[in-house]
Amino acid sequence: MQIRLNGKMREVAEGSTISRLLDELALKPYQVAVQVNTDIVKRDRYPDLVLRQGDTVEVLTFAAGG
Amino acid sequence: MSSEILTIAGKEFHSRLIVGTGKYPDFATMAKALAASGTAMVTVAVRRVNLDRTQESLLDYLDPEKYALLPNTAGCYSADEAVMYARLAREVGISNWVKLEVIGDPRTLFPDNEELLKATKILVSEGFVVLPYTNDDPVFARKLEDAGAAAVMPLGAPIGSGLGIRNPHNIMLILQNAKIPIIVDAGVGTASDAAIAMELGVDGVLMNTAIACAKDPVKMAEAMRQAVQAGRLAFEAGRIPRKAYASASTAMEGMIE
Repeated sequence: MQIRLNGKMREVAEGSTISRLLDELALKPYQVAVQVNTDIVKRDRYPDLVLRQGDTVEVLTFAAGG
Repeated sequence: MSSEILTIAGKEFHSRLIVGTGKYPDFATMAKALAASGTAMVTVAVRRVNLDRTQESLLDYLDPEKYALLPNTAGCYSADEAVMYARLAREVGISNWVKLEVIGDPRTLFPDNEELLKATKILVSEGFVVLPYTNDDPVFARKLEDAGAAAVMPLGAPIGSGLGIRNPHNIMLILQNAKIPIIVDAGVGTASDAAIAMELGVDGVLMNTAIACAKDPVKMAEAMRQAVQAGRLAFEAGRIPRKAYASASTAMEGMIE
């Protein structure tokens, strides 16, 4: 199924959880914040929250800044 | 009590200099500059993860044992946007500290104080430790303090402008009214600017461009470390007053008549 990830369309397996998505992206859960359809997802929900077709997902981290 | 301790929201930092992580030529230089600055706290932004993964990660160059991370809400132009980014920052870092920026104009990057105050109130009510970046208006600084900000951060001059402390009189007025730390944030260009800010009696100085974009960032970071220390010591030492006329340093007594 297709989701929108950080502004770009991406193909992910049906039933993918946030945890699975982060694994695929080689990201550790403690380094990121995740937002699905404008709701911030708490870290303890990453293994449970199942993504759906058309979801807009934002994965953010700390970047350089003043 | 060492003059170098900066206390914000009950937490002690061993340096009165806070440094940004943006605009360095590369992360390795940034790491060396931060070390040279002696800082205890650095600012970071909250941005999309680079899914490309070929780029280096900032966090690999920031030792969490050495530096507290202060996420900013840079690039936000409304209270809603800034609040969203502050909440996201809290999710990434499990810290509830935030350098709150709500910008009103893209050319000057001056704050939109109305939106800033709104965002401050919301975030304070959610338990955040809020450090708002604002202008040098003493009335507004008071409003931010009353709204529960943990410190107030008036700008010296526009971000990245290097113009120094444009209105020291206002900064002093803000200091007179404040019961929370005042940290000059933005506009510092070189070491004397940082010293001048500290001589006014501010609790700390936050800078990024002055170090990151100097020809030799590591050297400038060292200069800033010394400048902040010197300025603070001078403030604590109690300067002489300014006078219109001379006051001789040598007595006339004992001269040949």
